Amino acid sequence: MRSLALLARNRLALGGLIVMGLVVFLALLTPALPLKPPNITDTSNRFLPPFSQGAILGTDHLGRDLLSRLMWGTRLSLAVGFAAALIAATIGAAIGIVAGYYGGRTDNVIMRGVDMLMAFPYILLALAIVAALGPGLINALVAVAAVNIPFFARNIRGITVGIAHKEFVDAARLSGMSDARIILTEILPNVIPVIVIAMSTTVGWMILETAGLSFLGLGSQPPVADLGSMLGEARAALITNPHTSIVPGLMILVIVMAINLLGDGIRDALDPRLKSGALNRPLPATLVAPSRQPAAQHADAILTLDNLQTQFHVKDRVYRAVGGVSLSVKPGECLGIIGESGSGKSVTALSVMGLVASPPGIITGGSVHYQGEDLVGAPYRRLRTLRGREVAYIFQDPQATLHPLYRVGDQLIEAITAHRPLSRDEGRRKAIDLLDAVRIPNASARVNDYPHEMSGGMRQRVGIAMALANDPEVIIADEPTTALDVTVQAQILSLLDDLRRERGLAIVFITHDFGVVGQLCDRVAVMYAGRIVEQGPTRAILDAPRHPYTARLMACVPELGGGKRRLDAIPGLPPAVDDLPPGCAFAPRCDRATETCRTGEIPLDKVGDRALRCLHPVTMTEAVS
Amino acid sequence: MTTPALRLDTLSKTFPLGRSLFGPERPGVRAVHPITLDVMPGETLGIVGESGCGKSTLARMLVGLIPPTTGTIEIEGAALDNADPAVFGKRIQYVFQDPISSLNPRKTIRQIMEAPLKLLHGMDRAARTTRIAEIFETVSLRADFLDRYPHEFSGGQAQRIGIARALAAEARILILDEPVSALDVSVQAQVLNLLADLKARLGLTYLFISHDLAVVEAVSDRIAVLYFGSVVELGRAEDVFRTPRHPYTKLLADSAPVVGRPLRAPEGAETELPDPLNPPEGCAFRARCPRATDLCRKLVPTLAPADAGHSVACHNPLGG
Repeated sequence: MRSLALLARNRLALGGLIVMGLVVFLALLTPALPLKPPNITDTSNRFLPPFSQGAILGTDHLGRDLLSRLMWGTRLSLAVGFAAALIAATIGAAIGIVAGYYGGRTDNVIMRGVDMLMAFPYILLALAIVAALGPGLINALVAVAAVNIPFFARNIRGITVGIAHKEFVDAARLSGMSDARIILTEILPNVIPVIVIAMSTTVGWMILETAGLSFLGLGSQPPVADLGSMLGEARAALITNPHTSIVPGLMILVIVMAINLLGDGIRDALDPRLKSGALNRPLPATLVAPSRQPAAQHADAILTLDNLQTQFHVKDRVYRAVGGVSLSVKPGECLGIIGESGSGKSVTALSVMGLVASPPGIITGGSVHYQGEDLVGAPYRRLRTLRGREVAYIFQDPQATLHPLYRVGDQLIEAITAHRPLSRDEGRRKAIDLLDAVRIPNASARVNDYPHEMSGGMRQRVGIAMALANDPEVIIADEPTTALDVTVQAQILSLLDDLRRERGLAIVFITHDFGVVGQLCDRVAVMYAGRIVEQGPTRAILDAPRHPYTARLMACVPELGGGKRRLDAIPGLPPAVDDLPPGCAFAPRCDRATETCRTGEIPLDKVGDRALRCLHPVTMTEAVS
Repeated sequence: MTTPALRLDTLSKTFPLGRSLFGPERPGVRAVHPITLDVMPGETLGIVGESGCGKSTLARMLVGLIPPTTGTIEIEGAALDNADPAVFGKRIQYVFQDPISSLNPRKTIRQIMEAPLKLLHGMDRAARTTRIAEIFETVSLRADFLDRYPHEFSGGQAQRIGIARALAAEARILILDEPVSALDVSVQAQVLNLLADLKARLGLTYLFISHDLAVVEAVSDRIAVLYFGSVVELGRAEDVFRTPRHPYTKLLADSAPVVGRPLRAPEGAETELPDPLNPPEGCAFRARCPRATDLCRKLVPTLAPADAGHSVACHNPLGG
């Protein structure tokens, strides 16, 4: 249903659908229409022009009614085109699925056979098949289907290889399914959308190919006409009586155009990547709502977030990803943001430099002050000069953030030249210095490596080197060690710690790991459902958490050295941010919650250097024991 | 002496590289070196190791998804040399790391749950419905989930469904391959507790594979540490990380972030794993090992008992 709505939103595809629907409808209705018989010759009335008495579109060289022949011919052409597409798709998909599923030698033998078919020019191959089988519409259909099988086989094989290695296929095998059953019930339902897409984009092509064979006299045999043979018969009178060629020619044009527009629409509607909006180009900077209330700036901190609110507007739903976050970080300080997935910690970080994808992201309130300048709503040019030079990011997956086709050295140089011009030699020297700074051994050789030649830990070092390239004042690190092994994680963490001490960097470190926060961060903010629930010096919070969420989150994470034991799980799930409960978002999962927790706004109260958003905090004596 | 629930005897896996067009046959990549191990009924054996250590290959061999190159697997005393997963399926089951991608997106939960009951146990429709209700009760899932599709569930719920499917096969041994590493911490504890309850109630035996040392320690009776395809240390869970005997285990334990421990890199910058295409001679860990000697370069250490219930594969183990 959703796909249909998507299809209808595409104007051209909708037009194609309407035209195609009309043509198919008329073709189906042809036998019932009051048309003259299409194959009765009447040589006394040959080459009547269009709009003649009794022949709206005129007659051909044997005096047959063109309208009638056109309708019957369209009917035949459509039937042959669709049948060929269906046959090619069925056989091609079957070949592709078998090759992709079994792999190895089966795959090799089948696909090399398909490659051989593809090595011939398609029209030559079709001609050869018709020549071998003899002319005739059915043989033309076979030829057109055969030359299109490789296209489907290759397409579907690629998709099947991906699906056959998915975990659910292994799971099906462990459930006792045979290969045939897995192919039919696990693989096939997942490739059918691809088959439909491939068919919708090729059926027009197949109608053209059939028309081509008929035009050459190898398809439909006289007196029966399809669109191609009508064109072929009219060829001799192309100059003297052009209407005999124009009529079938226009029909072919209309059908193929309509099918192609419709096919593109179907592809766009069914393709999961297009459906998720991945191909929508986001704006260069996050949108800012005009109703935003900026906040006043603060002294001494280098980066201050004030009541920052970021939302995602998807259709009629509003996801309050960040619901009023205030934070600050001083030079040389490391601030940890800890939270579970969906707590808004990454969106907070991306909002700082306007990197949240828009649409659907939009900053609806608050300010981000960098050295006294409000970055929210700053012009894109200004943001671009600050990005990377003043505030740099390190992301979780360096595999995804490094370009696979460029040497790491060139990527580092590019990061620098984005902000200041640099000669080639100077750039290379600087890149080697940076790799040295992040302790990559043998930097002068590894500067020429491609990302895939490095281990995960090395790649993340390059990611850090890139963040350092322009001597930024603030680094925002979004789970930089989550994808790494523990031994590598320990090295990356100590590297970050050294760098901030040597260079006076301010670091905002986002993680879900209390151990990491405890080792690296001076202060920590705990986020839940888009808001900070507790904030303060790391040691104080880890020794005596006051918010029940912090306390229970810490209790349910096992710590090394504790031995075998039962963990204190938190029941339930975090709330969805498009449907937040009133009052405290943690109340439904909290055993201390009372009625007052479930109503009204609960403020973030500051006491000394700690802040807490809770009506029934864990008392100091409870927390320490 | 009781029969072990699971016995691996010199089980190994070498992935062939194929041959180049004209060159000689290449030797192949040894993902798992011969491993001999017993898992007792009702025990949880934890397997820890970093990425590329062969833990997933080992797990997939145990459930028959890939055939071993050498060695045998014995389940409750009976050899299983049959590579047919349907035969494996009734004796040993697998819980996948990524709960969402282990469920077919185009099937309802009911269809997914019915497959093992129908195909492994030949139950009729009525029996299946009763059994599914029973299993869902056991793993605390609501019955109205049955007619929904996988994408409608959170990671924690999907992992419960994955566990429910494994239980449906009525295997007594479960291979848990990183069952909680894709889950949020607050949900992780729920699933770990569920697994502990199920084990106590149904008398299951677990092989718990993870890269998270603290999680493995919290759920396991014994722990095997895997490095470069070999077990380098095996011992009681409370001993392995508290008093590690193998230098690699010590490195792992020192690297784990622990609140209150000062931050320092436990070893130098170069911590590359050995190249599997060009494996080193002798001990695979020697290039990173502070205690490596000449002997380590020549001779591969074998797993040998160090003291009661604690084995180590090292020529110069740390003091006991």
